[in-house]
Amino acid sequence: MEYFIELFLSGLTRGSIYALIALGYTMVYGIIGLINFAHGEIYMIGAFTAFIISTVLSIYGFPLLGIIVLAGLAAAVWASAYGYTIEKLAYRPLRHAPRLSPLISAIGMSIFLQNYVLLAQTSDFLPFPELIPEFDFMEPVAHIIGSSDLVIILTTAAAMVILTLVIKFTRIGKAMRATSQDRMMAMLTGINVDRVISTTFIIGSTLAAVGGLLIASHIGQINFFIGFIAGIKAFTAAVLGGIGSIPGAVLGGFVLGLTESFATGYVSSDYEDVFAFSLLVLILIFKPSGILGRAEIQKV
Amino acid sequence: MKLRVGKTLLAAAVGLAMALPAVADTIKLGVAGPHSGDLASYGIPTKKAAEIVVAKINAAGGINGKQVELVVEDDVCKPEVATNTATKLVSAGVKVVLGHICSGATKAALPIYNNAGVVVMSPSATNPALTQSGEYPNFFRTIAADDAQARTEVDFALNVLGVKKIAVIHDKGDYGKGLAEFAQTFIKESGKGEVVLFEGVTPGAVDYSAIVQKIKRNRADAVIFGGYHPEASKIVTQMRKKRMKIPFISDDGVKDDTFIKVAGKYAEGVYATGPKDNSANPLSKEAIEAHKATYKEDHGAFYENAYSAALALTNAIKVAGSTDDFDALKKALQTSDVNTPVGKIHFDKIGDAVGVGFAMYQVQNGKYVEVK
Amino acid sequence: MISMEELKRSFKASVWFMFLTFPILVIKVNPIEKTVIWRWENMAFVGIGVFMLSILIRAFYIHRERLRSLTISKKRFGYIGDEPLVQFILREPKYLYPLAAATLLFALLFPSLFDTYQTNVMTTALMYVVLGLGLNIVVGVAGLLDLGYVAFYAVGAYSYALLNLHFDLGFWAILPMGALLAAMFGIVLGFPVLRLRGDYLAIVTLGFGEIIRLVLENWSEFSQGPSGISNIPRPGFFGMEMDLNSAIVYMYYLVVGLVIITIFVVNRLQDSRLGRAWIALREDEIACQAMGIDKTKTKLTAFALGATWAGIVGVIFAAKTTFINPASFTFLESAIILSIVVLGGMGSILGVIIGALILILLPEYLRALSEYRMLAFGAILVLMMVFRPQGIIANVRRSYQFKKSAKEGDA
Repeated sequence: MEYFIELFLSGLTRGSIYALIALGYTMVYGIIGLINFAHGEIYMIGAFTAFIISTVLSIYGFPLLGIIVLAGLAAAVWASAYGYTIEKLAYRPLRHAPRLSPLISAIGMSIFLQNYVLLAQTSDFLPFPELIPEFDFMEPVAHIIGSSDLVIILTTAAAMVILTLVIKFTRIGKAMRATSQDRMMAMLTGINVDRVISTTFIIGSTLAAVGGLLIASHIGQINFFIGFIAGIKAFTAAVLGGIGSIPGAVLGGFVLGLTESFATGYVSSDYEDVFAFSLLVLILIFKPSGILGRAEIQKV
Repeated sequence: MKLRVGKTLLAAAVGLAMALPAVADTIKLGVAGPHSGDLASYGIPTKKAAEIVVAKINAAGGINGKQVELVVEDDVCKPEVATNTATKLVSAGVKVVLGHICSGATKAALPIYNNAGVVVMSPSATNPALTQSGEYPNFFRTIAADDAQARTEVDFALNVLGVKKIAVIHDKGDYGKGLAEFAQTFIKESGKGEVVLFEGVTPGAVDYSAIVQKIKRNRADAVIFGGYHPEASKIVTQMRKKRMKIPFISDDGVKDDTFIKVAGKYAEGVYATGPKDNSANPLSKEAIEAHKATYKEDHGAFYENAYSAALALTNAIKVAGSTDDFDALKKALQTSDVNTPVGKIHFDKIGDAVGVGFAMYQVQNGKYVEVK
Repeated sequence: MISMEELKRSFKASVWFMFLTFPILVIKVNPIEKTVIWRWENMAFVGIGVFMLSILIRAFYIHRERLRSLTISKKRFGYIGDEPLVQFILREPKYLYPLAAATLLFALLFPSLFDTYQTNVMTTALMYVVLGLGLNIVVGVAGLLDLGYVAFYAVGAYSYALLNLHFDLGFWAILPMGALLAAMFGIVLGFPVLRLRGDYLAIVTLGFGEIIRLVLENWSEFSQGPSGISNIPRPGFFGMEMDLNSAIVYMYYLVVGLVIITIFVVNRLQDSRLGRAWIALREDEIACQAMGIDKTKTKLTAFALGATWAGIVGVIFAAKTTFINPASFTFLESAIILSIVVLGGMGSILGVIIGALILILLPEYLRALSEYRMLAFGAILVLMMVFRPQGIIANVRRSYQFKKSAKEGDA
């Protein structure tokens, strides 16, 4: 039983990270119908910014709490800035282009950003400072769940709640929902669609940056390539849950994380990814629009 | 975007050295390996080692009066690109190549070089078949093969640490999995221990706690890991955070200072095999300092092996007189001893460096220390 | 020419980029030695660079507007102004045939004009032409977004490597078998995804591609795992032994032949009943069904035929590299092939050919940029899409014009 709980908790940690990144995919998809392949790179840039800022601050002798706040803030600010700029440069001019063109533009962007960080920083793995300290009260259960796991799960939960509230009750949230339902109609009711799309990228990027910061501090290392695999997994999670659906992305993230964890624990980690992708294929065969996705009804 | 002053200076130095004697005839030394993409960190140190060695040789007047010219080509560690790289180097008239870095790319490129009578020396390709299969008479390396390394690890675990139950983990890569398979075979053959878990982890996965729990559940006394330092440091970190104190034994891909930097305090006590300690070797000191002076940063993976390979190759060219005669070059490599950062070496019949072996190291106070 | 307002906007853009690139380009930390290097010069470069670039782009737009206002009538050689020149040439045999003949002649003379390295690179590029044309059937013509195309490529390559290893079969015997096996995999994949549309299809195919690669990586007993299979023989030529140079040239002609066959087959396919069914499926699934087209069969043949080409090229790939391992069949490879199709112009054969040549030859010739190679590649992908989203050669929708005949006019 203890083993089961351990695996469950490690699945939750993984799932939280997937969920945080998947939200960015799903929100962007919901609004402009684009698979934003560069989103994994935003996560990487968020983590890198946090790394740079926190290391500089710790060299200049800032207290840990100050470092956490400032590094987190910097990660969010710059990741959103990148998300915003990418949308404006690489996707906005393509809004009326054939459906696959923005996808290729996104793939190009992803390759560009990876190599940009590689050239400007380094190809090596870098030690990420341990921003999440080991809490004393966690010591009795430390062999089952680490402090950073706890922080990751709690932060993700908090981020979900805040996001849900923003989408449900704020003006911009309502505008986002309207735009995703019918962009033309939203425009006619006086919603500034461009601004809504930019905001979506900013929110998605912030969440990715939070994910990047948390996971980098959890595993203690970073390099320019971390966004690629995390991005593909998160995208899988988003589709699993039903792309375009916000609770779907969260659920998809957790389902994927738990599947991987249990597959490793009870079968073999050799085939961890095979299980993840097979699950995806199976679910989509029986529910073609994902777990929580709305079935698309095509009117003729 | 970024111009390192050192690099510019070096380039200027090379250019100047080349301009001085005004000889059109140069000796071309090919350098192949990943210089871009996700594995660039394994290839760039070799390129830098070649640049430093060649700059030094050229400043001293070249080899037999001829200047050495570097022909650097990127292979991104991909077999299909490596064949293009190899054809390009052969077309450019290169007769001696330092590279490739990854075993897969090396395997793909070797037949092309062999066909053109090009001598190839890798600082890092450790796949045993490269030398032992006898298919590549033109191949040499300044690093020992994986089976020798796995042997050292297993002997150490069973005889020195005296553990019985061993979990063998690898990164599913060519290098890591090959090594892990050798380790598994050696443990079984010895009859002294038992492999309680043999599994691969996905490189780059966001979290490894599930596999760590599994190691714990199988009550392993020690972990042997085959792979590179990024995964090793993640696994060790999570093991230690989960309060698992069992020994972690790994390989040359982990015996890299980057591992200690990245894993920090969790690296303490980790064992890793690596080439015998060269820190007392003045050439090794010189090589490391030359890198620091030129690039203002620490050298990366396989730097000393690459530096040694560059020295061995240039020495062989000097002894053979030219690069044109393949057999003479090969004979020079096999017979002429050369002092390098990895020791005094020459090469045996199949192309492995004699005098390059493995020793066991342990991280103590943030440094790898040889375990005697 | 450029107003103050525009200068101000360029200035704003350059300030924004200086801010954007600040942490990553300017600060470099060494966490071990606790040192920070501030590279302010990079900020200056970015500022000046972006400012200049932004002015250039603005000037370009102004210039283009002006050109547009000066529409010149181009009614020469029977060429009508609003039709793209390429389409016109493609339609007119008078121009098309000599051009095609010249291209063919150039292709045939290529190995004697350039050295083996160039020939080798060109062979690779031509292999991607075939891959692109194969994927074009699935994505461009039938409109099914496939992100795991590389799986079929892997199936072909491993068929050759394994069948040769275990049964000692030759290249020519396996070539059709590899194609058939890949086609079968295409159908196997096709069945479960019949109900999926658009982007769901994309992710399932991506997953399928990854599964194939992971199985090849992990199932060592079957595929020799990540260390791959080496010493795969090159194709024979009536039992003749060849040295490396002539083997490369031979390989080149083999691929040229394959390209010609592919172009011919794909071209005929597009005009066939099946091809028109694919196009109908792409344009509107429901209307297509209403017209009595068997959706299942049409989709499956698209997958199977697309996969066939990938299988063939896979076999050739294994024979060309003589060494394969699973690392050659990653998602990035699928992405590159897809980029070829979209960049060239979906559904357009000529476009796909040009796309493949550009995307595969570009990184080779960008080698001069060394470390900046992939950076430039990514940037070019984005720029090409932004400035020409419909692809280099846009596919024209098949259209028929109703022309009143002269007699009717008289009556």
